[in-house]
Amino acid sequence: MTPRLGMLPRAGFALLAALGVTLLILVAAGAPPLSTLAVMLDGGLGSQAALLRTLAAFTPLLLCGAALCVTFAANLWNIGVEGQITLGAICCQGYLRAADPGGGLPAALDLALGLGFGALGGLAWALLSGVLRTHGRVHEIFSGLGLNFVAMGASLWLILGPWKRPGMASMSGTETLPAELWLPTLGGRPMSTVGPILAVAAFAAVAWLLRRTFFGLTLSAVRQNPLAATRLGLRPKARILAAMAICGALAGLAGAVLVAGLYHRLIPSISGNYGYTAILAVLLASGSLAALPLACLFFAVLTVGSIQLPLSLTLDSSLAGVIQGVLVLTLFAARRVWPGHGGGAK
Amino acid sequence: MTYDYAAALFAAVLFAAAPLILAALGETISERAGVINLSMDGTVLLAAMAAFAVARASGNPWIGLVGGAGAGALVALVLAVFGLLLGASELAVGFVLTLFCRELAYFMGHGVARQPGPDLGSLSVPVMSDIPFVGPAVFGQSPVVLVSLAAVAAVWWLLMRTRPGLVLRAVGESPKAAASRGVTVKKVQFLCCLAGGALAGLAGGMYSLSVKPGWGHPQGCEGAGWIALAIVIFGGWKPVRVAFGALFFAAIQVAGIALQDALPGLSGALFQIAPFPVMIVTLLVVNLRRSTAFREAARRVPLLGHLMPKTAGGAPGAVVGALDRGF
Repeated sequence: MTPRLGMLPRAGFALLAALGVTLLILVAAGAPPLSTLAVMLDGGLGSQAALLRTLAAFTPLLLCGAALCVTFAANLWNIGVEGQITLGAICCQGYLRAADPGGGLPAALDLALGLGFGALGGLAWALLSGVLRTHGRVHEIFSGLGLNFVAMGASLWLILGPWKRPGMASMSGTETLPAELWLPTLGGRPMSTVGPILAVAAFAAVAWLLRRTFFGLTLSAVRQNPLAATRLGLRPKARILAAMAICGALAGLAGAVLVAGLYHRLIPSISGNYGYTAILAVLLASGSLAALPLACLFFAVLTVGSIQLPLSLTLDSSLAGVIQGVLVLTLFAARRVWPGHGGGAK
Repeated sequence: MTYDYAAALFAAVLFAAAPLILAALGETISERAGVINLSMDGTVLLAAMAAFAVARASGNPWIGLVGGAGAGALVALVLAVFGLLLGASELAVGFVLTLFCRELAYFMGHGVARQPGPDLGSLSVPVMSDIPFVGPAVFGQSPVVLVSLAAVAAVWWLLMRTRPGLVLRAVGESPKAAASRGVTVKKVQFLCCLAGGALAGLAGGMYSLSVKPGWGHPQGCEGAGWIALAIVIFGGWKPVRVAFGALFFAAIQVAGIALQDALPGLSGALFQIAPFPVMIVTLLVVNLRRSTAFREAARRVPLLGHLMPKTAGGAPGAVVGALDRGF
């Protein structure tokens, strides 16, 4: 998984080709190409507020990216991250709205428990997908996909039903949590710094787990040859479930951070496509742990920067997703031109 | 329930099912040849945008429909080039494409968003539309209903009753065996992938030109491609069963709308997701039937084998292989 010099021409080609295709799309859509890119860059990095928003998007991306590295290592197609984030958010919100900020437990403990419940929710959702795979022979693409929609339906049902604001159900989400139950923020800024710290810690833990532990070694053994792994007594099914559980816990944590650190309530589609975008980021990093934070950061800049597009140039903000897709696709093509270098994912 | 109300519901279900049927048939063709096209959801949306834009520019919704089919085939072409020629994982490429196409549809379609445009209107076949109950629902409303029903018959005949259909199924069942009989496997898969994409594109066009006319963000057909993927599994990769699956899921959605007054707010959300749990349970049941433990039990207690619903057939061999390979 070490980055090699051979990857450089590939990365360069992918970047250039992606830039070319992006410019073509911009011209085809009748947008001024250069100023569009400039607006995006400025919107993502141009001010302190923009940097904070980028950091807020980077947090769930890195958490889910790290989570996905674990399932990628076991050759699992876990596209259920989106639902795992949602369940994490639901469970965190569920605990925090039941918690009493005035009496009982100190707020810090309540918050820690809220994050813990979030992680548990994501874990359970991922484990459901894992058990369906190992014991029901239902491929994780289909179970993950289905459970994503089920989770989305559940969150909508809660927002419009049992957890609706007193008197009225609104698509803007549930009642905002009391300020004592927000993750601490620096000087009244909208986003908590606890999230990014947790994300970096989780990423480091995953890197250590995959590279330095016996568990990481067995995961890649299971990926490379499940039959041999069975013969060696490595119990592939248990490994698959463990990988799913770790992934789900991290994704659930991302959902909990979104609730406790950013939105302070449950909103519809709180997972905000981060689960899907994280898959693109991991694909872009070609399974390389070293490249993953860079890919996540880049995608976060794109996502946040594109929010400026409708305001400045009356373009649709979906350009970020277009560029992300183009990048990954050109990388797939580049891999054909320079095959056989580095990268964990085949 | 009055007769008129039942007839109206029947017509509504056929109408809502029309694009689902086409998208699911497209995926059926593709998967029957052994190519899993995960880009369905993005394809349908991009084609909906393209069809509406073309119809608006040309002033003719039927040309728009052709434009949608072209856009769908183009997406499938990208998948085929990457997956079949460049040797990338078709699952990965399909998944990336579905996200990419969705965003591309919103980005490129920004200019025609919330603009007036032509739609396919309704059509009344003389004499046929006078048949009680079925007539108005099939021959007296939007032409997409007729197109979808004709497509079911055509795809069933092509797949099950013609020589090219036989070759197609052979390729999907066992690419190696087909190759040893002198079939150019990649070529067949390439063509089937394109045809499947074109059908999904047609489905997209049906959405923006008839079922949910117009273009905007959101358009209203988001998730339809994923539902089509679920329906293919539910229908056991058999064209007619797949069409019934689409009708079943459309009926669930129509029921959701009909129950809107009884369960305000909730029914829409809950009935939209209904296909997905059903898909998971279907897969579970199908796989359970095949497990050795179940076969053992069914051998000892024959009643068990009869009680267990034969919901669906098996996946084509190449599809199972592609899923097992993973990344």
